[in-house]
Amino acid sequence: MATRRDPMGIGLAVLNRIASSPTIDKLKLRKTTERAVYEGAKGGFRVAGATTRAFKRVKGGGKPARLARTSDSGVFDLQPTDDQQMIVGVIKEFAAEVLRPAAAEAETANDTSKEVLAQTGDFGLTLLNIPESLGGLSEDRSAVTGVLVNEALAEGDMGQAVACLAPAAVATAISLWGSDAQQQTYLPSFAGDDVPASALAVAEPRALFDPFELATTAVENDGGYVLNGVKSAVVRGSEAELFIVAADVRGRGPTLLIVESSTPGVTIEADPSMGLRAAGLSRLLLDDVQVPADAVLGEGAADDYRECIRLSRLAWAGLALGTGRAVLDYVSDYVTTRTAFGEPIAHRQAVAFMVANIAIELEGMRLVTLKAASRAEQGLDFSREVALARRLTSEYGMKIGTDGVQLLGGHGFVKEHPVERWYRDLRAVGLMEGAVLV
Amino acid sequence: MINLETPRKFRPFIKQAHQVAEEFLRANSRKYDLAEHAYPKELDLLASLVDGMGDSGAGQGAGAAAVGNQDDDKASKGKVKNGTNMSSVLSIIEMCWADVGLLLSMPRQGLGNSAIASVANDEQLERFKGTWAAMAITEPGTGSDSANIVTTAVKDGDAYVLNGEKIYVTSGERADSVVVWATLDKSLGRAAIKSFLVPKSLPGIRVERLEHKLGIRASDTAVIVLDNCRVPAENLLGNPEIDTKQGFAGAMATFDNTRPLVAGMAVGCARAALEDTRELLEKAGVVIDYDRPAQTQTYAAATFIAMEADWEAALLLTLEAAWLADNRKPNSMEASMAKAKAGRVGNDITLRCVELAGTLGYSENELIEKWSRDSKILDIFEGTQQIQQLIVARRLLDLSSSQLR
Repeated sequence: MATRRDPMGIGLAVLNRIASSPTIDKLKLRKTTERAVYEGAKGGFRVAGATTRAFKRVKGGGKPARLARTSDSGVFDLQPTDDQQMIVGVIKEFAAEVLRPAAAEAETANDTSKEVLAQTGDFGLTLLNIPESLGGLSEDRSAVTGVLVNEALAEGDMGQAVACLAPAAVATAISLWGSDAQQQTYLPSFAGDDVPASALAVAEPRALFDPFELATTAVENDGGYVLNGVKSAVVRGSEAELFIVAADVRGRGPTLLIVESSTPGVTIEADPSMGLRAAGLSRLLLDDVQVPADAVLGEGAADDYRECIRLSRLAWAGLALGTGRAVLDYVSDYVTTRTAFGEPIAHRQAVAFMVANIAIELEGMRLVTLKAASRAEQGLDFSREVALARRLTSEYGMKIGTDGVQLLGGHGFVKEHPVERWYRDLRAVGLMEGAVLV
Repeated sequence: MINLETPRKFRPFIKQAHQVAEEFLRANSRKYDLAEHAYPKELDLLASLVDGMGDSGAGQGAGAAAVGNQDDDKASKGKVKNGTNMSSVLSIIEMCWADVGLLLSMPRQGLGNSAIASVANDEQLERFKGTWAAMAITEPGTGSDSANIVTTAVKDGDAYVLNGEKIYVTSGERADSVVVWATLDKSLGRAAIKSFLVPKSLPGIRVERLEHKLGIRASDTAVIVLDNCRVPAENLLGNPEIDTKQGFAGAMATFDNTRPLVAGMAVGCARAALEDTRELLEKAGVVIDYDRPAQTQTYAAATFIAMEADWEAALLLTLEAAWLADNRKPNSMEASMAKAKAGRVGNDITLRCVELAGTLGYSENELIEKWSRDSKILDIFEGTQQIQQLIVARRLLDLSSSQLR
C-alpha cells in the first residue's frame, strides 16, 4: 500500500517522472522526421479496431477505490495550490516548447506524434485522477487541477491536447465510476509505461445531438449486451485499444459501456473535421458488437452518466481557456507591432477595444469554469455552473477565435499565423460531448 | 486552494442583508420610482441599523463607506483574506437586488464616503466619520475626461476657495457633504486635481436643481454650484502637493475601490430581473434544463441560460476585483473588467427580461421594467463602458493615454 502523498508530493511525483524519463531532451522541440507519416486510416480508410493488447480480466469483488472529495475551505480564493502551480508550470513549458511548434505538422498528419504522446505519458497525465492504490497519483478528486492542466495544454495546441488527454478521460472514467474488477483490469495499464490509446465516445453524428437521447443502443441478451450505432468525435479511433461508449440501454437510459477495440463488429472510420485535426477524430461504427454483462461501467447509474457529461463539458471549457489565452497573447503582440496609417494599429480604439473585450470575456469564462470545477471536486451540485461555463466558452470562445483572425486581417486568414487554426479549434468547444474528462 | 463560493464567514450576514433589503428597499421600490425626489424616510431607520452593524464590527462593511483601507492584522499575514471589499460588494449586491436607487440614497453610504475611505489620511478619517458624502466630479463641459475639469480651488490663507458647477451629483441634495474635484492650477494638468470634502453647511455651496431621470428615480441627482466657497485647507483629501510624476493616480485610486461596487450594483439589479423572469417563464411552462444542450431547448430556456452565464461571469469578475483589493494586490484592470462586463450585461439582461415577459414585463405591474431602466446608469457612471475598455486595453497592451486615446 502506497503511503499517502501530501499535495506537494504529487507535484514532485510528476516532476520526478519527467526527470527519470529516458527522453530527457523532451522539452526541446523534436524533429518530427522520425515519425511515420502514413498511419493506417488517416486518409479516410476504414480499418478494424486496433488489436495490440489483451486486457487480462481480473476478478474483483471488493469495493472500487474512489477519490475523496476535497473539503470546502470556506474562503473565496483564486490562488492555485503550490502543487497545482508546479504541475501547471511544467505543462505550460511543455505546451510552449513542444505542442505549439509541432502544431502545424500534427495537423497535416491528422494525428499527434508518438513522441508527444509518450512524453505526456511520461509525466503522468493519465495518472492525475487514478487513485494511488492503483498506481496513480491522486488521493483527492481534483477537477480544478484537471481544468488548469487542460488550459495549460490547449495554450500550446488544442488538437494535440485532446489527443494527449483522451486516454486520461478513459482512465478517469474508470476511476470515478468503474467497479473494482474494472479498475483492477484496466487501470494498471494506464499507470504503466505504455498507456493504451483509448477514447470516451459519447457524441453521435446528427444535428441537435443530445447525450441524454442516444441513438446507439445496447440491447440485453444472454451473453450481455449487443451494441449498434455510430459514435463520432472519437479521438484517435484507429489507434484506440479501448473505448468507453455511451449507449442507450432500454429501461435504463444512457449508459457507459467498456468496449475493447478487438471486439468483432467494431469498425473505425476516419472523420477529419474543420479543426482538432491532431486529435485524429474518427467515427466508431458498432455493428452487432457483443459485450459481456460486466462491460457496463460500474453500476451504470444514471447519476454517473450525468456526471460524466458534466465533467466532459468542463474539460472542454478548460481547453477553450487555453486556446483563448493563446489568441489573446498573439493578437496583443500583433496589434502593438503592426503599423497602419503611421502608427501601431493598437492605437486605434476599434482595435484596442476588441482586444480588451477578448481579455474581459476570457477572464469571465475562466472564473465561471473554475467555479464549476471547484464545486465538482467539493461534491456540490455543479450542473448549473457547468452549463454556464459551456455557454460562455462556446459563445465567447468562438468570438475570441473569430476576432483573433479579424485583428490580423488577411494575415489571419492564411496559415502563416496560427489564429486560423485556433478559430477552427474553438468552434469545437460548445458542440463536443465526451472525448475529454476532468 | 481555488474556491469561488461565497465566503463562509459572510453567509449569515448576507442572509441578513437580503432580508433587510427586501423589507426596507424592495417593499418601497415602486413607491419612490413614482415619487421622484420624495425623501425615502424609511431609510433613516435602516441607516441607523447599518451604522450599528458597522460599529459593532458585525456588519463586515455593509455599504460603500467600508471599502479601501483596512487594517493588516499580523496573525493573518500571508493568509488569503476575505475582507471588507468583498463584504461590501456582497452587501451591495443584496441591496441592489432590492433597489439600486434606494441603495444610492442610503444615508452615510455615499460614493463620497468611498472616496474618503480610499484617499483620506487617518486624521481625516476620524474627523469625517459619520458624514454622508456625495461625490461631485462631472461638470457641464466635462464627463469622461475628468482631468479636464474647470472647477478651481485657490489657496487663500488657511482655506481653499472653490468656484465652479458640478452636475450629476448623486445624493447631492440629501447628503450633508460633498467630495468635490477641483484643480489647483489648470496649467499643471491632472496632477493638480485634488478632492475636497465640502460640508454643505458652508456658505457658497448650493443645490441648483434636481434632475428628472430614466431610472434610479429614488436617488436624487443634483446640480451643485460652488460660488466662492471657502473650504478649510485640512479638508483637502490626501496629499496637497502637486506631484506631476504621480499624476492622476491619487484621484483615480478611488475608482479601483468603487468600480467593483458599481459592478456589484449591476449584478444585484440583474439578479432581480432574472429571478422574476424565471418565475414568469416557468409559470408559462418553460423548462430550463442545465444538462440538456441549450440548442435543443426552447428559445426562452436557451436565452435564460445565456443570460445567467453572462450574469455569473459578471458576478465572479466583481468578486475577483474585490478579492484582489482585500489581498492588497493591484486590481485596476480587474476592477475595470468587472465594471465593463457587469455594466453591459446588467443592462442587456434586464432589457431582455422585459422582452421575454412581454407586456407583463413592460408594465408597471411588475418591477422588471423598472430594473431595465435602473440598469442603464450602471453602464455609465463611475466610468462608462468605453472608459473601462480604454483602461483595460491600455493596461493589457501597455499603452499610454497619449498613444491610445
